[in-house]
Amino acid sequence: MDERLLGIVLDSFPKILIPGLTATIPLTVIAFSLAMVIAVAAALAQFARVPAVTQLCRFYIWVFRGTPLLVQLFVVFYGLPRVGITLDPFPAAVVVFSLNEGAYCAETVRAALEAVPAGQLEAGYCAGMSYLQTMRRIILPQAMRTAFPSLSNSLIAMVKDTSLASNITVVEMFRAAEQINAVVYEPLVLYIEVGLVYLLLSTALTWLQGVGERRLGAYQRQEG
Amino acid sequence: MLEVKGIRKSFGALEVLKGVDLTVNRGDVAVILGPSGSGKTTLLRCVNFLETADGGTLAFDGEEFRLGHVPRRDVLRLRRKTAFVFQSYNLFLNKTALENVTEGLIVARKMPKAQAVELGRRALDRVGMSGRMDHYPSQLSGGQQQRVAIARAMAADPEIIYFDEPTSALDPELTGEVLAVMRRLAEDGVTMLVVTHELGFARTVSNQVVFMEDGAVVEAGPTREVFERPREARTRAFLQPGGQSE
Ligand SMILES: Nc1ncnc2c1ncn2[C@@H]1O[C@H](COP(=O)(O)OP(=O)(O)O)[C@@H](O)[C@H]1O
Ligand SMILES: [Mg+2]
Repeated sequence: MDERLLGIVLDSFPKILIPGLTATIPLTVIAFSLAMVIAVAAALAQFARVPAVTQLCRFYIWVFRGTPLLVQLFVVFYGLPRVGITLDPFPAAVVVFSLNEGAYCAETVRAALEAVPAGQLEAGYCAGMSYLQTMRRIILPQAMRTAFPSLSNSLIAMVKDTSLASNITVVEMFRAAEQINAVVYEPLVLYIEVGLVYLLLSTALTWLQGVGERRLGAYQRQEG
Repeated sequence: MLEVKGIRKSFGALEVLKGVDLTVNRGDVAVILGPSGSGKTTLLRCVNFLETADGGTLAFDGEEFRLGHVPRRDVLRLRRKTAFVFQSYNLFLNKTALENVTEGLIVARKMPKAQAVELGRRALDRVGMSGRMDHYPSQLSGGQQQRVAIARAMAADPEIIYFDEPTSALDPELTGEVLAVMRRLAEDGVTMLVVTHELGFARTVSNQVVFMEDGAVVEAGPTREVFERPREARTRAFLQPGGQSE
């Protein structure tokens, strides 16, 4: 590698990493946390077959799973100002990513709830617990254990998808790389470099997933 | 203590309980016998409100309820006076043996944790499971799981324990340990209503027998009478060796 390229790499690395720390990671963490709240709430409502709310959840999931993430970003950031709702780039990205991710994860959690044996709820009732107590203490923890690998996959996918937020002017890692490239014009090196940083983040999350699965898996370990 | 009258239940067009009467007094060990499909499980489930009966009345401790119209508050309250042991154990899969026993005490009955743990240890000790308190259900044999389930049932000191074929899912060599635990409960004066195919257990442990067929009670009475002088031909046939396999 010649000296100029090496200089570009060394010079650009912190300029890519810092937006990673200030935008990519916060966007992922905040949006995914909100997505989990939405997903669990939507899954529980559907599991309990709350009449109107179940219909509303189906509609929400249908819309957000059925349209491209990029289109959703554009509608919220460029479209909504037309009806008087103007959001800054970062909050707009948070809204879209949480709603989008929430729709997918709601399905994951709902399926995991349905997979808990029916006898678990009945055993809770017979131990004197109410529906809500049994859901909170018995059913939901088991469902989250089942859903964990799949939710981890969604999280890893989402880290990479946050690069789409560059399209609504959020200065996250990919947009930072683009901006540097506009000056020095080294697309191969810079885009590989930013790709490697995403790879690093995904690898860290995959490792965390393994740690989490081992902890949560305690009750499924067989003797011997 | 428990008096059920005229309980009816249908699943769609299938009438499963056709007006069943049942009385259990304090200290009784009552056994429900009958061929499979006769509605025994449904009867127990209706009595504990896991199914909603279509009609009939239920009196518990002198309080009377119209089945099918029991308010949720009363259902919760009545369930806290009873316990249920399932054919398939239904231990909480995400809880250890000890936590399975303490869960209902702490969460449903608001008992302080230390006291619940103390009761839980004692209950597991009584079923011979004190060496496995920190094991998860997946780490226990069927017989051990069912003994934990019985500990869970008795820990709350219920007024009655319902058993639905507690040994039917077990390998023959494991039924003995569970029946022994139930025998000991009976000796301690625990009120029990047991659906079972174990005629030996019924004969030696129970004091009341109800024989059901096709959603109705064919014959009911003290165990000695029913076993030694069954009035109905159908009961006689069922109690004969090999009579249940049909
Ligand atoms: N949830 C249900 N839905 C439809 N039919 C049922 C249901 N539960 C039980 N049944 C039917 O009711 C009848 C009695 O079942 P059950 O009470 O389990 O009998 P037993 O416990 O005596 O074998 C059977 O014909 C069974 O198929
Ligand atoms: Mg049955």
